[in-house]
Amino acid sequence: METLPSLENIASKLRYRVVEHSHRTGTPHLGSCLSCIDILTALYFLEMNVDPSYPNDPSRDRFFLSKGHAAPALFQTLAMRGYFDYSDLLQSKHNGTDFFGEHPPTPEHLPGIEAATGSLGHGLPMATGVALFGKIKNLDFHTFVVVGDGECNEGSIWEALAFASSQKLNRLIIFVDYNKWQATDRSEDVMNGSDFFSRFKSFGCATQEIDGNSISAIVSAIEAAKKITDRPSLILSHTIKGKGISFMENDNNWHYRTPNKIELEKAAFELGIS
Amino acid sequence: MRNAFAEEITKISLMDDTITLLSGDIGNRLFDSFKEQNANRFFNCGVAEANMMGVAAGLAASGLRPVVYTITPFTTTRCLEQIKIDACYHNLPITIVGTGSGLAYASLGPTHHSCEDIGILRPFPNITIFCPADPIEMRLGLNLALKKDGPTYIRLGKKGEPNLHKSEPKHFVLGKSNELRSGETVCIITTGTIAANAMAAADQLERCGVSTHVESFHTVKPLDTNSLERLFNKFKTIAILEEHFESSGLYSAVAEWALKKTNVKNRVISFGVPDKFLHHIGSQNYALNHFGLDSDSITKRVLNSLGVA
Repeated sequence: METLPSLENIASKLRYRVVEHSHRTGTPHLGSCLSCIDILTALYFLEMNVDPSYPNDPSRDRFFLSKGHAAPALFQTLAMRGYFDYSDLLQSKHNGTDFFGEHPPTPEHLPGIEAATGSLGHGLPMATGVALFGKIKNLDFHTFVVVGDGECNEGSIWEALAFASSQKLNRLIIFVDYNKWQATDRSEDVMNGSDFFSRFKSFGCATQEIDGNSISAIVSAIEAAKKITDRPSLILSHTIKGKGISFMENDNNWHYRTPNKIELEKAAFELGIS
Repeated sequence: MRNAFAEEITKISLMDDTITLLSGDIGNRLFDSFKEQNANRFFNCGVAEANMMGVAAGLAASGLRPVVYTITPFTTTRCLEQIKIDACYHNLPITIVGTGSGLAYASLGPTHHSCEDIGILRPFPNITIFCPADPIEMRLGLNLALKKDGPTYIRLGKKGEPNLHKSEPKHFVLGKSNELRSGETVCIITTGTIAANAMAAADQLERCGVSTHVESFHTVKPLDTNSLERLFNKFKTIAILEEHFESSGLYSAVAEWALKKTNVKNRVISFGVPDKFLHHIGSQNYALNHFGLDSDSITKRVLNSLGVA
């Protein structure tokens, strides 16, 4: 079990590796990756019951990255957690290889992946199905999901929330990575409106609102969610797109931009990586 | 056929507790027996088909065998991307059942027609497309679908479809066509419940002295190319009949096969829905007549092509 300072340390290391990978391979969506690193850290290094040496353990906690374009963050997390070697991620990106590309592959291609997300609105319904399975079989595992705030434009997200709350899937714990931006605009201005929290509440979820870049807040929220017995939990996590690197924070150019060498060095310095 | 489906899936569910039935708020009393005999294995997913298909994928990934059931356009066109990615790309054992296929709901207008479902699903890798000609084929195919890997799409009729096979075909498998009626002069290749019109046309043709073979290509994907070889070798004149747009269904699949061969000299007549929506409301028979898919029209066109008055 990790302590809070060590978790924050892990998060910084993960942030650096994500930025380095983006620099080296030209993989975009850096801002989207950085905003959810703290959630991934809290889940994989403290809260989730997983064994990287036994990735198909039927009693494992499941994690679905419904905002699949943050896959680079997930890949780094899984590597650091021990599902595969970090050296695998250091290979150059070239044609025809088993990829560590922009989205998760199907589960048989990479240990630790539950679903090949990348098209928005798919991960949450699939996770809902897995949580339903758990309820049918009366199993103990939890199913965690990270959904993007832009992703909440998709109707299937709301279908899943309505269904999950009707089915009382209390072991389904959903984080909305509320970094306030989507690809081309502020998410509030596109479709999410100014009272995002109420939408989730009205769909029947046990809804919390937290600082999604604070590991201690994330951990407390998960513990509270685990106490709910009759509804899925929706943790609306206020995050900063590009969190951790001052010149990336809240600059939506970093949805697509990849860093050059100087920017990489600056990032390393800010993250305390030598 | 939907009643036969409900009966059969209930029967199968008693022997296989992984069968889990998801319905899109349809089938009002149809699954009462299933529900009574199976606690916690039927879920009304409401009018939210994209989520229903995603949930099915989650269940299948966890080791269950979900069956997704609603009216055909809603279980196919409506949630197409979920079929493509969640079912096919993940290659999960999801059985996708569409009821009231083709023009079975002609009285409800084009929103409830499905003359494109075979076409839109055919391109996806890993999917099996099964269109039973009658309740006998449906029961046999359903049993097989619920044992195989990967996703299977089953295209049902609605109600009242007669059994066309005189008895259960031996060695029935998905992917191999079955003879419905043997004949020597002309062959009608068909898929789905419209086979009944092929059989009626065959009777009429027989009375005109034209011996007619009818073959049920219940599985459009994978296509039984061995059977196509055999039939194209034996019969100079072949009719292809489907309750589906002419472009993209069974006829297109056969055409793709034929174009790759160098020696196809057969006369092939296609019977399908032309490239238009049917605005007029009417019964299924009205709709089929309108598009020349009734037995009289089939008989007439076949006779014309043979140069027989």
